[in-house]
Amino acid sequence: MLKIDIEACIGCGLCAENCSFGAISVENGSAVVGDNCTLCGTCVDVCEVGALSIERAEKVQTTDLDQWSGIWIYAEYRNGKLAPVSFELLGVGSRLARQRGVSLSAVLLGSGLGDGAKDLIAHGADTVYQIDDIALVDFSDDSYANVMEDLIREYKPEVVLAGATAIGRSFIPRLATLLATGLTADCTNLEIREEDGVLLQTRPAFGGNIMATIECPHTRPQMATVRPLVMRPNEYNESRQGEIVKVKPDPARLRSRVRVIRSVIEEGEQVKLTEADIVVAGGRGLENEKGFALVKELADTLGGAVAASRAAVDSGWITYPHQVGQTGKTVCPQIYFACGISGAIQHLVGMQSADTIIAINKDEAAPIFNVSTYGIVGDIFEVMPKLIEKLGERRLASKSIDGEG
Amino acid sequence: MKILVCIKQVPDAKDVRLDPKTNTMSREGVQSIMNPFDAHALEEAVQLKEKFGGSVTVISMGPPQAEETLLQAVACGADEAVLVSDRAFAGADTWATTYTLSMAIKTLGGFDLIICGKQAIDGDTAQVGPGLAQRLDIPYVTYVRKVNNVIDGKIIVERMMDDGYDEVEFQMPGLLTVVKEINEPRIASLKGKMKAKKMKATVLTASDIKADLKCLGLQGSTTQVVRVFSPEFKAERSMLTGTVDEQVGKLIEKLEGLL
Repeated sequence: MLKIDIEACIGCGLCAENCSFGAISVENGSAVVGDNCTLCGTCVDVCEVGALSIERAEKVQTTDLDQWSGIWIYAEYRNGKLAPVSFELLGVGSRLARQRGVSLSAVLLGSGLGDGAKDLIAHGADTVYQIDDIALVDFSDDSYANVMEDLIREYKPEVVLAGATAIGRSFIPRLATLLATGLTADCTNLEIREEDGVLLQTRPAFGGNIMATIECPHTRPQMATVRPLVMRPNEYNESRQGEIVKVKPDPARLRSRVRVIRSVIEEGEQVKLTEADIVVAGGRGLENEKGFALVKELADTLGGAVAASRAAVDSGWITYPHQVGQTGKTVCPQIYFACGISGAIQHLVGMQSADTIIAINKDEAAPIFNVSTYGIVGDIFEVMPKLIEKLGERRLASKSIDGEG
Repeated sequence: MKILVCIKQVPDAKDVRLDPKTNTMSREGVQSIMNPFDAHALEEAVQLKEKFGGSVTVISMGPPQAEETLLQAVACGADEAVLVSDRAFAGADTWATTYTLSMAIKTLGGFDLIICGKQAIDGDTAQVGPGLAQRLDIPYVTYVRKVNNVIDGKIIVERMMDDGYDEVEFQMPGLLTVVKEINEPRIASLKGKMKAKKMKATVLTASDIKADLKCLGLQGSTTQVVRVFSPEFKAERSMLTGTVDEQVGKLIEKLEGLL
């Protein structure tokens, strides 16, 4: 509960002004809190006379906090391969393990896992817990969470990380609920707090307008899903040594209430976009479908993938799988072209880690220029055709040189 | 078929900003709206009702003013509205939220299908749907883009995956979370608006749902916010100036080593 010390309150109204939820009003010279208070604590911080406080009663608590040790990652395996995010998790996981002075383990679930465990060790895992069972061939929220729960209860890791993929964001919340512990979704940064070794989990909220750092102070394990393409994987080191622990699961735990009838892989653009070295993205500034065709043309010229801002997708110029941003994909190409994209924060969070960002926009004040490596202010319908023409000439020239050689 | 739709009233995320000086959220001009993904959940429920018969109840956990959003859902085809509201719920993370909602749903009882939006646009966690299903001990499928059929108490749906989609089925009761591609939400009809005008949401408090106070709100939460801040971006910002020819020429020069 938010408590207001009426004696101390001077009725200045600072709290009411700063409340994001309009939950505080000043009546008869002192603050009054309404029903829509969310206990966010903003008012407590801004009050200059210390009249506000949040009363916290005893909390959910794991009794044996000290016995939980080690960093774990869930290594996602589907259709015969490890998801790239697994290696990114080992990258951030090995840093956390080093800081905590503990080991790094990976959990590998599936059927026909091949050299998966070896790959994980080469990328930084000290131990791989492997469950290779035909019952795990299809992804299932039930069986995947059940077997993970059993492993976690047995080995008690202090941290469990998974990729914020369709699979991770589906079964990890069930797992956290089974374990009665906290989970932070879609993290873009993870740090260890030096004083007490607690995992600080930072993530975007409110569509990327705000970053929030979250902790899970009283329960274990501390769990987070991590946004793909944000963390850097370790170098592959074939000579790295590690242990592979083959686990036999309880057959009852492999049952699933949801049956997969068929699993369809849709190859094509969807995959290409997140793996492309060059991405050309278009936004509202292209005005219509015909304008957006310039994006496709530039992408073809460069051999890159086509992407779009939400505005372009909502206008129906291109389909959702091409959307980059908070509610779309995150991409991390070597070169990202933002054409006619103003750079709303929701878009920026999906592409800001690209190595080189080129922005073309008619509005000099567009926020996209704040993240761009190179910016061109100009008419998109003049700049893009010129760029396509020049790049085309350049390619022809290099081809004819190759031809002579 | 008795269907329940979970709805959240959210601030319109595109308007939320942090004041750079005070580092607090500014609420100026921020509207409260129905979480957009929940509008798709509602639409799917209403379509299923129209096809297979039954009823649609909407439920929301939130402050008293969330009733507006619930009544908006009634205008768009829901039959009943339930508001789970109590000061004790304030400050809940997804763990405490799923506890509260599950207790309310157990109190109401008897639903065949629960539909949620894939995530709320304020928190963006996508954790309440799966967590709620686990609390209720029912199967669930996330990121549903299509309901293919309902037959003999079984529901067959398509779930989006990163590399394609899975067609899956389960015996109801169960829970779905849906993506935008699933449908196009309807606009409230005049008849619907009239109905909503006369309706009041049933309010359930902490004692109505027999909740353990220790498990509610901030104190029942497993996670805590340490701090909030504005995102930072690297700003290299090298502007290429001149005529269009010159600009493009400079750009190609810069990219020379990269292409």
